[in-house]
Amino acid sequence: MFEITTTRHNPLVDPVLSVWSWEIPVYLFLGGMIAGMMVLGGLNMLRILKGERPEGFFSVQTPVLGFVMLNLGMGALFLDLAHKLYVYRVYMAFEPTSPMSWGSWVLILVFPVLILSALIRLPEAWPWLGDRVPALRGWSEAILARPGLVRALAWLNVLLGIGLGIYTGILLSTMVARPLWNSAILGPLFLVSGLSAAAAMVHLVSSLVPGHPAPRSFLGGALAMLVQPLGATPPEPRTAVSLVRADLAFLAIELVLIGLLFIGLASSSASHVAAIDLLTSGKYATVFWWGVIVAGILVPLVLQALELGHRIPHTVIPALLVLAGGFALRWVMVGAGQASHMIAATGM
Amino acid sequence: MSLSPLRIEAVMEQLSRRRFLKISAATFGAGAVGSQIPVVSSLAMGSAPPAGKVETIATYCEMCFWKCGGIAHVRDGKLWKFEGNPLDPMSRGRLCPRGTAAVGTHYDPDRISKPLIRTGERGKEEFKAVTWDEALNYVADRMKKIAAEHGPESIALWKHGTGSRFFEHVMRAYGCINKGAPSFAQCRGPRDIGYLLTYGTGLGSPEPTDIANTKCLVLIGTHLGENMHNTQVQEFAQAIGNKATIIVVDPRYSVAASKAKYWLPIKPGTDMALVLAWMNVLVAEGLYDKEFVAKYGHGFDKFAAAIKDNTPEWAEGETGIPAATIRITAREMARTRPATLVHPGRRVNWYGDDAQRSRSTALLNALLGNWGRQGGLFLQAGMSVAGYGFPKFPEATKPKVDNPDGKWPFADEEVTTGLRQATISGKPYPIKGWVVYAANLLQTLPNEKETIEAISKLDLLVVVDTHPSEITGYADVVLPDTMFLERHDDLYVAWGRQGWAALRQPVVPPPGEQKPAWWMAKQLADRLGVGEYMPFKDMDEYLAKRCEKSGIDYAKFRKEGIVMGEKKPITVEEGATLEFETPSKKVEFWSDQLAKAGFDPVPKYTAPETPPAGYFRLVTGRAPVHTFSRTQTNLLLKDLMPENEVWVNAVTAAKAGLKSGQYVKLRNQDGVVTNRVKVKATQRIRPDTLYMVYGFGHTSKMLKSAYLKGASAAQLNTRYKVDPLMGGTSIHQNFVTFEKEA
Amino acid sequence: MPRFGMVIDTLKCVGCMDCVVACQTENDVPQGFCRDWIVTETRGEFPTLSLEIRSERCNHCDNPPCVTCCPTGASHVEDFGKTVQVTANACIGCKACISACPYGARFVHPKGYTDKCTFCLHRVKEGKDPACVSVCPTHCMVFGDLDDPKSAVSQLLNSRKHRTLLPEAGTKPRVFYLS
Repeated sequence: MFEITTTRHNPLVDPVLSVWSWEIPVYLFLGGMIAGMMVLGGLNMLRILKGERPEGFFSVQTPVLGFVMLNLGMGALFLDLAHKLYVYRVYMAFEPTSPMSWGSWVLILVFPVLILSALIRLPEAWPWLGDRVPALRGWSEAILARPGLVRALAWLNVLLGIGLGIYTGILLSTMVARPLWNSAILGPLFLVSGLSAAAAMVHLVSSLVPGHPAPRSFLGGALAMLVQPLGATPPEPRTAVSLVRADLAFLAIELVLIGLLFIGLASSSASHVAAIDLLTSGKYATVFWWGVIVAGILVPLVLQALELGHRIPHTVIPALLVLAGGFALRWVMVGAGQASHMIAATGM
Repeated sequence: MSLSPLRIEAVMEQLSRRRFLKISAATFGAGAVGSQIPVVSSLAMGSAPPAGKVETIATYCEMCFWKCGGIAHVRDGKLWKFEGNPLDPMSRGRLCPRGTAAVGTHYDPDRISKPLIRTGERGKEEFKAVTWDEALNYVADRMKKIAAEHGPESIALWKHGTGSRFFEHVMRAYGCINKGAPSFAQCRGPRDIGYLLTYGTGLGSPEPTDIANTKCLVLIGTHLGENMHNTQVQEFAQAIGNKATIIVVDPRYSVAASKAKYWLPIKPGTDMALVLAWMNVLVAEGLYDKEFVAKYGHGFDKFAAAIKDNTPEWAEGETGIPAATIRITAREMARTRPATLVHPGRRVNWYGDDAQRSRSTALLNALLGNWGRQGGLFLQAGMSVAGYGFPKFPEATKPKVDNPDGKWPFADEEVTTGLRQATISGKPYPIKGWVVYAANLLQTLPNEKETIEAISKLDLLVVVDTHPSEITGYADVVLPDTMFLERHDDLYVAWGRQGWAALRQPVVPPPGEQKPAWWMAKQLADRLGVGEYMPFKDMDEYLAKRCEKSGIDYAKFRKEGIVMGEKKPITVEEGATLEFETPSKKVEFWSDQLAKAGFDPVPKYTAPETPPAGYFRLVTGRAPVHTFSRTQTNLLLKDLMPENEVWVNAVTAAKAGLKSGQYVKLRNQDGVVTNRVKVKATQRIRPDTLYMVYGFGHTSKMLKSAYLKGASAAQLNTRYKVDPLMGGTSIHQNFVTFEKEA
Repeated sequence: MPRFGMVIDTLKCVGCMDCVVACQTENDVPQGFCRDWIVTETRGEFPTLSLEIRSERCNHCDNPPCVTCCPTGASHVEDFGKTVQVTANACIGCKACISACPYGARFVHPKGYTDKCTFCLHRVKEGKDPACVSVCPTHCMVFGDLDDPKSAVSQLLNSRKHRTLLPEAGTKPRVFYLS
């Protein structure tokens, strides 16, 4: 028999660590999705260089979408900070051992890359703006005229995207104190989950955007921007299919990675074994099994496979499920991970 | 790493603070801080090490009855912290958690801040705030009325703690001879009588236990470490460090038990059987101190014959402790005697035969020959400090009411329940007024119904206290006292390894309209026409005069807080000689006076009742962070222990379907049901016993932050036995069962 | 430069929480929070039991994960005594350090920054012991320089059986428990 009591009673720390609420899962989810979009968008930009037409959905809409998401994500991150007035201190130091510091600086780099990437086709996508700010058109042409710059931008997108995606996992996985997070799989898992969410998001948004061109008038254009911030051109069916195909691959890999995460934890210390229980049978089990695994991975896998086989019509349902599953994964991992703690191996 | 501007600032603060400390060291003990400070409802916040102008004032603590010397630190005019006074023999520079948390009592928002007069029914806690004049006039007028109708003897004082000193004085001057202090019959009284009957002297407070030097310490129910009798806990740790053999007798695996070589999880109520068996072994095996017994013992042969049948085998059946364990532990005790100490205990009023049980431990100590010996019970040394010089009190013309016809022949202090009974019966004469100083009679006396009945007979109930409590709700007048850091009190002149005196002086002003007890007493004296008994202007003058008469340097005393008396030999090893004030002038193994009064001359064991099926015996104890029912709203202490738990053996709990953390109510054999209390399912207690820290389960709504937190053990004490020797009342005679929450 | 550590004798500790209260008043720790606390571990079955009581706090680790994860350097190793400290005005309240600490030693101060035990550096600089050490009625805590072989802490560690909490975390804690 073993009884343990403590007199510690610090809010958010006891009885179970819960310093991070919804904000961090939102931030990690959006960050992962942005990362995924950057990777997909970057790869697409490379196709432009191969001579493909630059109208492709990825080449402009995703950077703009990413930019919007990035602001939302950083907004969530800011909301989480407990000492908000001092937020500027993040950018007065670079702490090489801190994933949080790395992440903060990566985010700063992501902003200009996204903006530059968006500029390539912004004037065409948003004629109401391009017509009125001719400089935009000039910059767009200047970028397109320099293949080297486009290539660099493309690779920056890919590399920063991978970095950002993995970072959202590394942020957690470096904490030895939280056994559930304590796995090198977490970075790749969050990256792949981000890619899948990105594909789903792009797919979703493009399906929702009406197919007619954006109004050119200032007022109409600006209003259109509010309701359809991504421009007016939906992806070609070819792109849509490739999105679904990519997503199938991402979901499959994600499933494998989750399996590997469990195998890794299960074959580790008692603390790690106990951490699995938090997901599989504890407070978070329902959301994990039904939200992450079934609704977030298995059902979309099946639906999308059927869609590709033309057994069922294309709908946004798989995309919605993938997005919900992606957020559920972050929420479950952040919640259960905080609850997981080290168990003294040696005892008394 | 270079210093950031921020850190430089911190260093500067550091430096300036150090300078302030130097300055304040020069003005150390300059008296209370003059400036009025605003009321602070909560503690200050901030993680940076505090900086500011710090003053220190020495005083002695009243968070409990131990009265440790401490040094209060005032930062920028506000009370900051309270530390032990290194000069003080009690604290030795280290206070207990309650003393350290005195700050939290000063700032406690639940304190009574204004004089109150009752507007509603008694017990309903309905009051109006009045001026001090109104309140004091009300009290004086009622007292005069009672005195005119029944005589001043019909007003009684209930008291606990230093502050009652001048209330007692003024009331005695007015002719109020009746009084009661729960510290006797509800606490250490049985022990003191047990020792008085054996050695000719009680032990008093602090007990003369040389724990620091003992080689074998026996604790029977004494849960050192959970009861924070500071000096004893310090010495207990020393004994652990010295690798003394520790033997703990307790139905619960107490903290002390966890430090012991032998834990004897005894069946509650059978302690005397164990002690008798231990003595039986010591005598039968010839292990006792024959020299001591031959030289100082009275009636040893008759004693030996009386305990002849109390063999370990017999005791095993009673106590549940294996006979072999009883033998082994008895031999352990004998091995290190006389440096073996059976702790006499303090709150020993458990089963109603406590004076005799205490006498049995006194005799066990006598067999070990540890009286006046190193590592045993030392001889207390005192110091004499001159009194102020008051006029003589008027002669009492009536007898006291608390012990009619010497019903409890060996009580040497007033019997509280006797006073209560006299109030109920009106015999031998009516008791119509109670002045209650800092004693929550509804929790401290057994069976609160009787207390409420007694209150219903009163024309006047005055409660003087720092905090509301259950008794406050019944008061006609409530007089808000300052807490000890805000007032002067009389000197604490103490007995110990070396006599000493400690000074209490105000550190900070009270947060509201509270006044010190001495001031209230003086005001009352004037109004009652006995002003000549309080001839001093204030306490400063009073204390200065006492010091002057005694040759104590008052200025130095104010600075240091402690004056030590003369060093005298306190053990045989140091050259002390042993004398006993018993009728035989010896240690009375056989007590003729007990025999004469019709009691057992040698303690005799009676088996306790067995609880009915489904019921458990409830035993109670203390927590290190609370004092009685007085500290539950302390800002610092309530954080650490906001409510009590009922300890239930893990197997018992599983059978009853109870889990740790779950709330249950407790119902006793008389159908009394407590407030809800958390279950602590644990291996650390016998399956037939429940344990609770007492003092919780407040029903006073005025104690906002403690109201209905935990359960009250006192509430369950409806069935109590009265010690026939001295009137002590039992607290462990109740059987309780669980009522699950719907 | 010293390397401060603490040695706590669990045989003497009675768990009275005096260390907690003393810390609270000394450091103005806000109500409802604590920088140190008492853990009680019971093993065995009635009546064969053992009990360990520990006063716990920040371990001022030699390898502090709270410092490595801090994005601003607010959590840092102070030169003086190699103790782990938080600069409140550099802390953004991201709480990464709170998650990273295997001992649960940190919390969010109501003002927003991370707070925890400082080893009472302000007292140590004045030549005093930390508040918890100097108040303990059982004298179960000893504070001093682990790098000084003559210090009381070093001598205790050399002469008594001891352990740290969660050594497997690799944090190299500097609060040692004697048993």
